[in-house]
Amino acid sequence: MTSDSRFDQQEFNDRLRTRTVGVRNEVIAGPVSDWTTDFSHAEPEWAADPYPIQDDLRQRCPIAHTERFGGAWLPTRYEDIAAIAYDTDRFSSRAIVVSNVRPPLELAPVGGVPPISSDPPFHHDARKLLLPAFTKSAVAHLEPETREFCHSLIDGLAGQDVVDAAHDYAQHIPTRVIARMLGFPPEDGPHFREFVESALEGVNLPPEERIPRMEKLFGYLLAQIRDHVDNPRDDLTTYLINAELYGSKLEPGHVAGTMSLLLIAGIDTTWSAIGASLWHLARTPADRERLVADPSLLPAAMEEFLRAYAPVTMARLVKEDMRWNGVDMKADDWVLLSFPAANRDPAQFDQAGEVVIDREVNRHAAFGLGIHRCVGSHLARMELRVALEVWLERFPNFSLADPAAVRWATGQVRGPRTLPLRIDRP
Amino acid sequence: MKVKIDPERCQGHGRCYDLAPGLFHDDEEGYGQVTGDGVVPPGEEHTARLAVSNCPERAIDIL
Repeated sequence: MTSDSRFDQQEFNDRLRTRTVGVRNEVIAGPVSDWTTDFSHAEPEWAADPYPIQDDLRQRCPIAHTERFGGAWLPTRYEDIAAIAYDTDRFSSRAIVVSNVRPPLELAPVGGVPPISSDPPFHHDARKLLLPAFTKSAVAHLEPETREFCHSLIDGLAGQDVVDAAHDYAQHIPTRVIARMLGFPPEDGPHFREFVESALEGVNLPPEERIPRMEKLFGYLLAQIRDHVDNPRDDLTTYLINAELYGSKLEPGHVAGTMSLLLIAGIDTTWSAIGASLWHLARTPADRERLVADPSLLPAAMEEFLRAYAPVTMARLVKEDMRWNGVDMKADDWVLLSFPAANRDPAQFDQAGEVVIDREVNRHAAFGLGIHRCVGSHLARMELRVALEVWLERFPNFSLADPAAVRWATGQVRGPRTLPLRIDRP
Repeated sequence: MKVKIDPERCQGHGRCYDLAPGLFHDDEEGYGQVTGDGVVPPGEEHTARLAVSNCPERAIDIL
């Protein structure tokens, strides 16, 4: 029996069930007929290579539209994306993953996964609770064991000429680190991958399939919470259970929602960034050789990989009908906030479409802009740097084993999920 | 030359204290803070400009 009544199974499940209601629309999937009027980020064509599509849209239709997902917009100019990120009065974060269900208005300003799903002023206070655990200084303590873990992953690849760098390396690094921070058993890692795929990929699956998957995730989180209530320890789960806002402990849905955010957003994003960086280096020997010869270039190179292959696209919901920069947006239209598109806007970056690993001025938006700046950005940068340092130290020579076999995730987080690399050992 | 952070614009990306650790540091929530009085020592001007030009929020000014 858990002593904290907020986390009684029955009550928790009842509350969770109310979160699955919302306004549903017809699911439209399949090949895109016209990217200006029928775009979809959930199709394989987009996953394989979205950059030419974005570049084309930016020139001839800078705010594209689709009837899919019940109506959504896709701005591709840096200026528009930044303006939306800063305009929390007219664009809500009530939901930040485009799907075919719009959560009820009453979910604002908290949203299902605070603080990323929260609007001001609640957002500020919910975010403040998390900031101290994610500063550059706080995450630096995790660096030695992250490095050791990366080495152990490489040790495990001994004797293989071809390795899947996404599946057998990149994926495990953020999974292990966030499990450690939340105080979850490290051997539960394989479940997390499943949770990530349910939350972020397959957004066009029918709700009947998506809801049980979400319930499974929250069932897992509840079990972890109850275990932490009974056995408190020094980790983020215990911290959130005890945290207070406005003089009271957090709502149970806030505790579980934030944990789910940290788990989901902490994994596939960094996994994607590590994978995309290795993919680039595997197919660009000149950059790889330069970095191996001069590791002091890595911090700049890493920022360039984050710019050019920014993994994360966020979303907003339009609050009220309005004319916005030449288009008629309707209340509850989705807006995709494509930081990858912003990062390749030639109006903002010189040689925007090229990867320049020693780029000096790099004001990229890979971690977002404005009040929702990725709370885990310092953690992600630490993980990405350590992952690349260890890989390049252990495997200075590698190349794409089979370019056609590389598979990229669809949806709002893009990175390689299958990445066979040939390792040339000395 | 002197650097200044606009706390209304800063969102804690940390590019300034990454690139110019002699001029900036983070506070307990990760927001950028100018170290000391913000006067840029001779020879650090380029580093100061790097911090300014890499801030995603354009929150740093050179006075």
